[in-house]
Formats: sequence, structure tokens, C-alpha cells
Amino acid sequence: MEMEGALATVELKRRPRPHAIAYLISLVCYGLMLLPLVAIIFYSFLAPGDASDASQWSFTWDWYQALSHDESILEALTTSLIVAVVASLGSTSIGLLGALALHRSQFSRSELVSGLATLPLALPELVLGLASVIWFGTIGLSLGINSVIIGHITLTTAYVVTVINARLTDFDSAVIDAASDLGATPWQVARRVTIPLLAPAIGAGAMMAFTLSFDDFMISFFTAGVDHDTLPMRIYSMIRFGINREIYALSTVLILLTITGLGVSSWLRRRSI
Amino acid sequence: MAMLSIRQISKRFGAHNALRDASLDLGSGEFFSILGPSGCGKSTLLRILGGFEAPDSGSICLDGKDITRLLPSERPTNMVFQRYALFPHLSVAENVGFSLSLQKKVTASDRRRRIDEALALVAMDGLGERSVQSLSGGQQQRVALARAIICRPRVLLLDEPLSALDLQLRLRMQVELRALQRRLGMTFVFVTHDQGEALSMSDRMAVINGGHIEQVGTPSALYDRPATDFVASFLGTMNRVPVQFHAPCEHSANHVWVELTGGQRLRARWSEGTTMPPSGALVSMLVRPEKMGIREDCHGSTPRMTEAGDELTLSCRVADMAFHGATTQITGQLHDVDISVTATHLNRDGLPVGLGQGSRVRLVVKTEHILIAPDNARN
Ligand SMILES: Nc1ncnc2c1ncn2[C@@H]1O[C@H](COP(=O)(O)OP(=O)(O)O)[C@@H](O)[C@H]1O
Ligand SMILES: [Mg+2]
Repeated sequence: MEMEGALATVELKRRPRPHAIAYLISLVCYGLMLLPLVAIIFYSFLAPGDASDASQWSFTWDWYQALSHDESILEALTTSLIVAVVASLGSTSIGLLGALALHRSQFSRSELVSGLATLPLALPELVLGLASVIWFGTIGLSLGINSVIIGHITLTTAYVVTVINARLTDFDSAVIDAASDLGATPWQVARRVTIPLLAPAIGAGAMMAFTLSFDDFMISFFTAGVDHDTLPMRIYSMIRFGINREIYALSTVLILLTITGLGVSSWLRRRSI
Repeated sequence: MAMLSIRQISKRFGAHNALRDASLDLGSGEFFSILGPSGCGKSTLLRILGGFEAPDSGSICLDGKDITRLLPSERPTNMVFQRYALFPHLSVAENVGFSLSLQKKVTASDRRRRIDEALALVAMDGLGERSVQSLSGGQQQRVALARAIICRPRVLLLDEPLSALDLQLRLRMQVELRALQRRLGMTFVFVTHDQGEALSMSDRMAVINGGHIEQVGTPSALYDRPATDFVASFLGTMNRVPVQFHAPCEHSANHVWVELTGGQRLRARWSEGTTMPPSGALVSMLVRPEKMGIREDCHGSTPRMTEAGDELTLSCRVADMAFHGATTQITGQLHDVDISVTATHLNRDGLPVGLGQGSRVRLVVKTEHILIAPDNARN
């Protein structure tokens, strides 16, 4: 009895240590990553004055109010929303069909095909943007909101395919067999079984696409032409005239939208498993 | 007249031969089991019957009609999948009524009635509104069954339907499944790797090994007269005694002469489908423990044969004796070959008086219960 108790204590004492260190390291990492974002959010509420003197801090909504009256920003917000909605709808439809095709074909196991489908994820966006604008020039598509949408779809489709494909992979394909065994035609199988079961993953993919499109700067920058600034582009051009608190407020809006988008996306994805 | 006729089906996956020339004939209303170890091609055969997999060669005829190329949705077969494959987004009733909901001509009230009837058949009355995820494994099993029989398929295919259930439930479902099959008079093709399940449930069964059908017959025929070493060892247990191969029997195919120690010759069945070794090679004599009668020792040389050559007597020293209630099992050393064998005796009547460790006994076995097979242990 004595011996056993002693052994148990040793076990208990030995275990937590590596955990504590790992915990600390990840805490520091997350801290370093998140601190600049927290600072931006903090400054966006800070009234004018000496920020280095904590005794003079006072908080205000002024910057947000200023934003909501700024015509050019509202215009950019509208553009961004239109682009993000259309691009996410487009890439979700294409991505769903693509993922289904990839999953069905014998080819799907080949690294090449799935590699190609997700290539835009790995390519520098700079290259993607540049390639898009050159291609649009070649086929004679004038730059504007349409070209931004098409550029975004190229990028976001890859994410949608990845998310839906992941779901399809751990999907019990026997339910598809079961449906056709019970007399369903391929179309009935898709409509009554596959798509309903994929719905959460489709939603997650769409949300992800929306967020990516809304946040994108590089591809928009190349493909937007002259007067279709998206919100990130608007921020960029404001920065060139110096950083002000309005930019902090605008960035805070972007951060919150992104976090919401990603949160909904991952909630949907978790629900699908 | 075979209702389902499977002719020389072969299927390869890459370099792997999943099925080789599988042929079977099933009668109407038969409970037919396909038994074999994991990976032997049972599911592949069942999936070919259901239309989920196309055979490389061979054909399947149902009621005289060639269905080899039909889609699953076009075949009058339905399948109960290994892990049930219920539709998780649909209720129990919607799962069961799935096939009816695809048929425009079935009215909603008719559908309701038939769903209730199917649920009643599997003792799931009143649970139609439940979500399938809230059900226990056994209940999901019943829903899968109801879903597959609601349209009264000509053949119901079941892929190890009971393997995910715990022992108690499995035994109960075995009885219920068998009763349901009798009640519906439906042909069941039941895949399992559990020999007890196959033996107790089937009208007839096939044993598959490595994509090859080794033997087809009634459970008792396969158990009592296994055609191959594999069937013999896969069903129940076997004693394996080394003997010397002598020659094929000139009067009946499938029979061979072997020589026991002391030069005693014995004529017995030869394991089908295996090539015979040269004279003098070591082979195995296979005998089931319960086919060996335990008698009092009498003096005289052993092994020895009766005059008619239909019974073999061996002499053995008891090393261990275990009482199991209904049966008694002895483990002993064969007199002259130093091989351990077991013999199982039903209850204690007729056992030699004073039998115990160290006793010498005679083991008596009918030659029809002996199978001679190549010596597997050595290669
Ligand atoms: N779609 C497939 N692709 C490649 N190999 C397969 C496929 N299906 C089955 N096999 C192989 O064929 C053999 C038989 O499989 P299966 O019929 O599922 O065996 P069982 O059901 O008897 O356990 C196994 O070796 C398995 O790995
Ligand atoms: Mg299987």
C-alpha cells in the first residue's frame, strides 16, 4: 500500500511539467500575435490626447461616427460587400461541383488533381493578382467590380473545395450506396442525401469564402481598375496620407467581421462532424 | 430451380484477386450465409450482387433474368449495410419510407401505413418520429432492416449486420432475424465472419477463403464432412495428427490411403482442390474432438482398423480431464506418436470407470469423420 501510494505521487508530479511549459510557450505566442490587434481596437476607442499617459485616457465612439459619415468609405464598404457576397456564392457553387466531381472520380486520389485544385491556396496572392490582370487584359475584360469578383472566385473556390472535400472524405459513402440501393437516381441521391448532409460544410465554405474575399487586398488591388475600391484598398490609400484614428476604427470593423466569419465557419464545420 | 444464379464471378482490385470464379445457386426463400475470415471477399461478392461493384467477368441471373449490368436502383435487391448507413438527417420514419417516397404513385397515407407495418415487423412501433442519431445500435439495426424490406425485395443482402452489437443483443437478433426471414419467406444472403452465427442461422452456407468458394452446403454437411482443410479448421476445432501419405484410392476419387505408425493403412477422404503429395510425404489426419469415442483400454496393438475398414482405434494416455457440465473433455498423448489430442464426450454416461489423469484409454473414430489434408503446419 505504502509503495503504491508513493508511486502514484511520483506519477502525478512528473506529468504536469511539460504541459505547463507548453502552455506558457503557446500563451506567449498567442500574446505576441494578438497584441497588435488588441492595440488597434484599443486605439480606435481612444479620444485625442497623449496616448502614452494613462491618466489622460478617455474613450469615445467619435471615430466610428466619423466613419459612418464618410461617403468614400461607405462606398468601399458597399463594393466589398457586393464582391464578397457574389464571390462566395459563385465559389461555393463551383467548389461544391468541383468537390463532388473530385470525390466521385477514380482520379481523386491522385495528388496531381487535388494539388491543382488547391494551388491558389499556396501561390503568393501577388502572383495570382498579377496573373489575373494580365489574363483579363488578354481576353479583353475591362477592369471593374466584375474582374474583382472573378479574381476573388479563383482564390476562394480553392478554400471551398478543400472544406467540402474534407467533409466528403469522412462522410460514410455507404449512405450514398444505400440511397441508390433504395431506388434513387443519381440526381435524387444528390438532392435528397448528399447535399443535405453536406449543408454545414457548404455553409462553412461559403462563410470562409466571404471572409477571405472581404479581407482580400492584393487581388483587388490588381483587378479593381480605377474607381472600385474595396474596403482594404480604401484603408491602404488612407494610410498613404498618414495614420489616423479613423483607420483604427475601420480596421476594428474588419477584424470583428473576420472573426465573426471564421467563427461561424468553424462552428458550421464542427457541426457537420 | 435456382432463383439467384451466380456464375463464375471474378473481381480484381489492382493486383489483388478479391474473388475467383465464384459460383452459387440460391433457392427462393433460402437463408443463405457466406462465411469467411476478414478480407476474404465476402463484402465484395455481396456488393456485386447489390450492383455497387461490377464484376470483371461472370454473370448474375435473378429469376432467369440477367441482372449483371443493372444499377443498384434497378435491381430487386436491397442491402442492410455493415454500419447501417442510415440517413442521419432524416427521422426513423423518413429513413424507413425513403424508397416509397421516391415512388410518385405511392400516396402519403399508403406510405404511412406501410412504414408503420415495416416498423412493427422489426418491433420498433411508435418510434417513427425519433431521429436516428438518438437510437441505440440495436435500434439502428432494426431501422436499417425495416428500410431494406419495406419494398419486399426478391433478395435481401446483409453485410455482417450483427457484428457491431454486443453478445447478448447479437444472440437475440440472430433469433429475430431468422424468424423475420421465415415470416416474409424472403431470400436472405447473410455475410458473416462468425462461424457460430452461420451454423445456427443458415439453411445453407458457403465458406470463402481468399476469394475462392471452398464449399457449399447445409451447416451440418459442412461441419460433419468438410471438403477442405480450411473449412474443417474454420468451423469448430480439429485434432491434427501427422500421418504418411501412401497413394490415391483407385476405387473412389477424393479418397486416399495413408499409413499410420506401425504400418496400419487407412482409407479416408482427401481435402478437395489440393494437389496430392508423393508417396511417403507427411500429411495431416483431421478429426473433430467430439467424433472420437472414449473407451476403456484393451490390450492389443494400436493404431488398428476394424475388418470393414470403417473405424479406427487409437490408444492414448490421459494428460488432463476437464468437466464442463454438459460435456467432458480429455486431453491426451497418443501412444506412439507423442501428439496431443482432445476428445469431447457428451455428459458422463459411458465414460470408462475411474477415468482420470494417467489412465490409458482407446479413442475410436469412424473413418467417414476423418479428413486427410496436406500438412499446412510445415509450409
Ligand atoms: N474498392 C476496393 N479497392 C481495393 N481493394 C479492395 C476494395 N474493396 C475490397 N478490396 C480488397 O479486397 C479484399 C476483399 O475485401 P472484402 O470483400 O471487403 O472482404 P471481407 O468483406 O470478406 O472482409 C480485401 O483484401 C480488400 O482489401
Ligand atoms: Mg466485409
